[in-house]
Amino acid sequence: MWEYTNKVQQHFLHPKNVGEIDNPDGTGDVGSLACGDALKLTFKLDDKGVIADAKFKTFGCASAIASSSVLTEMIIGMTLDEAAKVTNEDIADRLGGLPKEKMHCSVMGREALEAAIANYRGLKLPMAEGEVVCECFGVTDLEVIRAIQESNLRSVEEITNFTKAGGGCGKCLDRLREILVATTHQGSGLVQIVDKNKRPQRMTTLQKIKKIEEALEREIRPGLRKDGGDIELVDVDGDFVLVSLRGACTSCTKSRTTLKEFVEKKLRELVLDSLIVEEAK
Amino acid sequence: MTETHRMISPEDAVYMDNNATTRLAPEVLAAMMPYLQDYYGNPSSMHRFGGQLGRVMAEARQKVATLLGAASEEIVFTSCGTESDSTAILSALQSFPEKRHIVTTRVEHPAVKNLCENLDSLTGHKHRLTRLPVAADGTLDLQKYEESLSDDTAIVSVMWANNETGVIFPIAEMARMARERGILFHTDAVQAVGKIPINLQDIAIDFLSLSGHKLHGPKGIGVLFVRRGTPFVPYLVGGHQEKGRRGGTENVAAIVGLGRACELAAEKMAEENTRVKALRDRLEEGLLASIPHSMLNGHKQDRLPNTTNVSFEFVEGEAILLHMDQYNICASSGSACTSGSLEPSHVLRAMGVPFTAAHGSIRYSLSIYNTEAEIDFVLEKMPPIIAGLREMSPFWKADA
Repeated sequence: MWEYTNKVQQHFLHPKNVGEIDNPDGTGDVGSLACGDALKLTFKLDDKGVIADAKFKTFGCASAIASSSVLTEMIIGMTLDEAAKVTNEDIADRLGGLPKEKMHCSVMGREALEAAIANYRGLKLPMAEGEVVCECFGVTDLEVIRAIQESNLRSVEEITNFTKAGGGCGKCLDRLREILVATTHQGSGLVQIVDKNKRPQRMTTLQKIKKIEEALEREIRPGLRKDGGDIELVDVDGDFVLVSLRGACTSCTKSRTTLKEFVEKKLRELVLDSLIVEEAK
Repeated sequence: MTETHRMISPEDAVYMDNNATTRLAPEVLAAMMPYLQDYYGNPSSMHRFGGQLGRVMAEARQKVATLLGAASEEIVFTSCGTESDSTAILSALQSFPEKRHIVTTRVEHPAVKNLCENLDSLTGHKHRLTRLPVAADGTLDLQKYEESLSDDTAIVSVMWANNETGVIFPIAEMARMARERGILFHTDAVQAVGKIPINLQDIAIDFLSLSGHKLHGPKGIGVLFVRRGTPFVPYLVGGHQEKGRRGGTENVAAIVGLGRACELAAEKMAEENTRVKALRDRLEEGLLASIPHSMLNGHKQDRLPNTTNVSFEFVEGEAILLHMDQYNICASSGSACTSGSLEPSHVLRAMGVPFTAAHGSIRYSLSIYNTEAEIDFVLEKMPPIIAGLREMSPFWKADA
């Protein structure tokens, strides 16, 4: 039996904003029947860009339903930038806390919100582009890394509680331990996961610059421009890639996430997997 | 679940979770009371105040033996079903150290399942484990079972009846097939004892486990039946209690309680298989008829009379249980969220129950204390609970 707070019980027994908005501005669909929980979040903006209405449909346990319900309550009245800052910890706090084994329910709420915002902005979800670590629950390394960093996780068991990764067949537990060690040791978000099978590639600086420019133009700018943003390459120093964000990106609160989880990830994939992207000040 | 510590009273509980544990029968409590209050002696003592309890235990042992069709010296008292299971399996492996193969099923209780899966690290020897699959209705394929038996097989451990679905396995025939090959046979009969007739005189079983609290006896008491002549190595080594087969001062009150519970179980066996079975059938038929997209898990006939496991598609078990809890209806679920793990029940997965249904499975397990009025109450409350959760589910299409 789980120890649920009164707030969780209230939102579970009398959930707010159940349903699906017709012609929503953003839709976030996460989870699956196989995983045991799933959430569909829809929202509508008013003419000032504020979330005027949000609704959810959830398949899952009491804490999944309560997390979804409280999330809709939290984001109605927020701008998208404000909503984008809501973390799973915020959701759990609003519920007066969740049992630690149930933290993944709050993570699902946050993921649905992110997916819905990305859907509105016409962006792909950076988290989903990582490498799938846990096949049972379809969790990527980027999702694991972020959970470790944001919630200060210190054990594989905690990773499972927050992301469900490792909660199925258990084959990925060693890999999760590696990610945990790499992430907690490197800190500060500059995470590099070394693929032992891949030999380090060698490239001259000029080759790097050319390839980086190419990747920016082909893969990265189109996404940023949709949101009214842009990016310029400032310098390449060894593995450090200095860039400058332009337009809407400069005022976007998620610019650091964009830099690390979208730009850096893409450049590592397309150019060199040791690259570290930083913003030029 | 609540932050206030209000107790749910037994009068308010609509208790349909008897495969988890049962109500202590008032007759059992009455039989135990003198040994909790007054007769606190140690049966091993030389003085009569303690020593007189040996006779009391012998009576209880005889009552247990009678329910099983066994001899009283074949009854070893343990602390629980799990201890009995561990004792039997580890004993067989030590009795036949040259044999390293174990046959079991994919649907065993964790007491057997987790032991068998961890034998290598527990014993320091490598073992080969055959986990027999089950069909979609939860039944075993006897031919596959027979093919799995080999000269290297030390023991077969197969549950008599499954705790989640109630499905009964053909234990008599399986035990016979093992005996013909000189292989020891253990059955975890924790769910079967007291619910269906068992006569070990006619069956070639070497070890049988049972647990007191599953048949209206107290918690903290179990039995391992060890057939006369079966090689045996104790698990708890210590004093000479239980003829050296299980060390540790005897739990006299619980032993007396279990004896009385076995006596009562024999008296109520007919009722269990008529009135309780009829209540179960009414509940099951009512649920399946009134709730669309619901289905029975497990074989309809080869089943304990008290158990029904029903899946409600597109909704999740924990959420269902907690809504039922609002009406003090007590049951269990095979969903991931209630198992404490992240995956649904290994029993339902072994049966190939689709995910749409596995997460929404509810087990109702009745007892002689259930009434018709309680069945009506549950049948009235369940449809709106399921409909309400489905309305919330992204997978539910109202016209489906």
